[in-house]
Amino acid sequence: MAFTLQINGQPHSVDVDGDTPLLWVIRDVLDMTGTKFGCGQALCGACTVHVDGVATRSCVTPIDSLAESQITTIEALETLAHGKALQDAWIELDVPQCGYCQSGQLMSAAALLSDNEKPTDEDIDSAMSGNVCRCGTYQRIRAAIKLASA
Amino acid sequence: MSNKLAGPQLNRRNFLKASAALGGGLIVSLGSVPTAALAATELAPNAFIRIDRRGLVTLVMPQVEMGQGIYTAQAMLIAEELDVSLEEVKIEHAPVNEALYGHPMLGRQMTGGSTSIRAFWTPLRAAGATARTLLMQAAAKEWNVDVASCRTEQGFVVNPDGRTRRAYGELVDMAASLPIPAAESVKLKQPSEFTLLGTSAKRLDTRRKTNGSLKYGIDASPPGTKIAAIAISPVLGGKPKSVNEPAALAVKGVRQVVITDDSVAVVADHTGAAKKGLEAAAIEWEDGPNGTMSQADILRQLAEQSQQAGGVARSEGDVTAALQNAAVRIDAVYQLPFLSHTAMEPMNCTVHVREDACELWVGTQNLSGAKQATTAVTGLPPETIIINNHIVGGGFGRRLEADGIAHAVKIAKQVKGPVKVIWSREEDIQHGYYRPYYYDRISGGIDTEGNPIAWSHRVSGSSIFARIAPAAMQNGVDPDGVEGAAHPPYKLPAIHVEFKQVEPQGVLTSWWRGVGPSHNIFVVESFIDELAAAAKSDPVDYRKRLLTENPRALAVLELVADKAGWGEVLPKRHGRGVAVQFAFGTYLAMVADVSVADDGTVRVTRIVTAVDCGLTVNPDTIAAQMEGGALYGLTAALYGAITFRDGRVEQSNFDTYLPLRIEEAPHVETHIVRSAEAPGGIGEASTSAVFPAVTNAILAATGKRVRTLPINPEELKA
Ligand code: FES
Ligand code: FES
Repeated sequence: MAFTLQINGQPHSVDVDGDTPLLWVIRDVLDMTGTKFGCGQALCGACTVHVDGVATRSCVTPIDSLAESQITTIEALETLAHGKALQDAWIELDVPQCGYCQSGQLMSAAALLSDNEKPTDEDIDSAMSGNVCRCGTYQRIRAAIKLASA
Repeated sequence: MSNKLAGPQLNRRNFLKASAALGGGLIVSLGSVPTAALAATELAPNAFIRIDRRGLVTLVMPQVEMGQGIYTAQAMLIAEELDVSLEEVKIEHAPVNEALYGHPMLGRQMTGGSTSIRAFWTPLRAAGATARTLLMQAAAKEWNVDVASCRTEQGFVVNPDGRTRRAYGELVDMAASLPIPAAESVKLKQPSEFTLLGTSAKRLDTRRKTNGSLKYGIDASPPGTKIAAIAISPVLGGKPKSVNEPAALAVKGVRQVVITDDSVAVVADHTGAAKKGLEAAAIEWEDGPNGTMSQADILRQLAEQSQQAGGVARSEGDVTAALQNAAVRIDAVYQLPFLSHTAMEPMNCTVHVREDACELWVGTQNLSGAKQATTAVTGLPPETIIINNHIVGGGFGRRLEADGIAHAVKIAKQVKGPVKVIWSREEDIQHGYYRPYYYDRISGGIDTEGNPIAWSHRVSGSSIFARIAPAAMQNGVDPDGVEGAAHPPYKLPAIHVEFKQVEPQGVLTSWWRGVGPSHNIFVVESFIDELAAAAKSDPVDYRKRLLTENPRALAVLELVADKAGWGEVLPKRHGRGVAVQFAFGTYLAMVADVSVADDGTVRVTRIVTAVDCGLTVNPDTIAAQMEGGALYGLTAALYGAITFRDGRVEQSNFDTYLPLRIEEAPHVETHIVRSAEAPGGIGEASTSAVFPAVTNAILAATGKRVRTLPINPEELKA
């Protein structure tokens, strides 16, 4: 069946089953590869995008639930309120190691800052807990969120 | 990983060769490369440095970037000597070409063992210096002045008059026509002259990692790529028994079902359809002989066979007599589990098999192995294999193995056009090449003064070298199996260390971040702590007194004790533990602070490290590796365990093989010792140190000695 999705302000028509997770539509059908696959079970956060401003695990979000929604991916992070500040902080503190988890980390961080401009350590912990980084960049993520919100 | 890998080392004299690049420009490459081979590669960017007529400098990185910062660090080595600004160079991955890019220590084209800086410290600087010398010679010739009176400045050669300058780009044609300066005549900078090395230059790949534009292997999609989801036999050696192909093919978007000796793949337009098709295929497996194996069998076998003598790695003094004469004797068994790597980027490989060639898109630590595996599966001549390597989304040793590549090529052989094979996280966790389960028997004795007089350690477990490089085995000893055990940094008058190879049935084993030391340092540093306790001595004082002849180890220990506030009184059920090691050419001391809740939950609240890794390339990268390496090890110490039942791995995703999360992550503090010694490795050092630092801290907090990993909260209840 054909679906039209609003991604980064653009309509995209795709012809796939309605239960197809958004992640695969973004990555494989539309070839926007900044959003990553890590676990497929909402356990790692690598696939985080914004659906109507809310950080959402695209690997478990079927596209037939998204007809009316505005979807934002890492490719449009800069257009979000705190996107540029977060990217600058990430660069300033050299947060990424392998970098594979960082799209998801940044999208979760952007959602956090749009709800809470001055997050505490506890706020950061609870907003970022679902984003795994196997390279262990957590302390720099924490510092970079604080830098971006300063 | 020791440098005994892969038999004879390449005998490199590190001589350099320059030649005119096609289309103008200068190529400087390194290696014992016959002229013809070099000439044949002129079309392709097969060298470390290319400078084109516009002055664009391209540096080709022999080592793979997987988060450790090597792209930036190796670029810094070249840029320092070439005298160009790091911000202006372009970085490329090296293609497969062992003659040009083989690892001087490992003898193959691979990245592992924390060896990249150690191996390329001199060759890459020499490559930069040679290019710079040639450019200076070219300018001197044009100006008709003595080359010694010229100097360079960030991409320019400066005339002795101090005003006239030539950009490198303007000099490349002339430089390419000059004979290569003899290696002896190329002067490398003294460390005191470094302006870039030793500074925390920003990493070159960060921006692309913050906007989604960096392409990993999993992001490659050559035109027409189909996606394959794969199911591999859950039992090693099993094979598909029945596959419901029509059901799989009925799923929208599914194109093909491919069955190989041990796997089933469903090929589709996108991963969603491929996974759905794989589920619909309702595969049944024939388990084969490993279907009844379980964890208990493996442990029983280790417990038994570890009682038999192994190959002797080192024996000094009369350990048997010393143990008999000891005032206090301790006998202990330490056990470390199988571990999965779980890199964030799941295993994947895109392959296009054509009649006369095969092209791959992948991120691998081991280009040589990737090529070998592809050749073996396709039967194609090696020169027809093209590998597009990518920045790796986490390696940790898993991507030294080429099994994922072999699986993908087998599938691709049956598919028309390119196919991207993606493993689910479950496949990744259940089909690993695991860090071996180790079963260590260790005995020690102290005299009445508390001094250790006997140390006897037998490591039992799977041997990785026996599988991949049997020639490296010496009288039954796997050099990796005893790395970190055979030569503890301490004064030990009588020491006997053995390795006993015990292969578990139905389990594949391989390198895991920290390799031999990530197992042995846990045992050695725990046991020295046990002896300190038996001697009623403070763990830091005890180590200090055994390190009087090892000044670099002593210095990092003293520094870390000072920075961590060693000796402070801590609240109840809080504790501080220390570990010292020399591994990967680097001295490291670490202090971990823990608190243990009444229900046994362990929380690591702070980690302090002091590191002496010789001359530093990029201190901020060292700090990042100390942070990341420590958390990688800590994750395993707290949670890591792969176990088997009915031949199957019992864990499947991040809910059963737990990663450390941000709220559990301690702050890691790094202190770097200034040193003029040769550079050491830093990618794995803190991984191996963190296990004993944490368990020694648990002892301090609870009085309980952890001898089996992962840490079991049940045993630590108040
Ligand atoms: S891939 Fe979606 S949460 Fe892990
Ligand atoms: S940077 Fe590698 S997983 Fe986070």
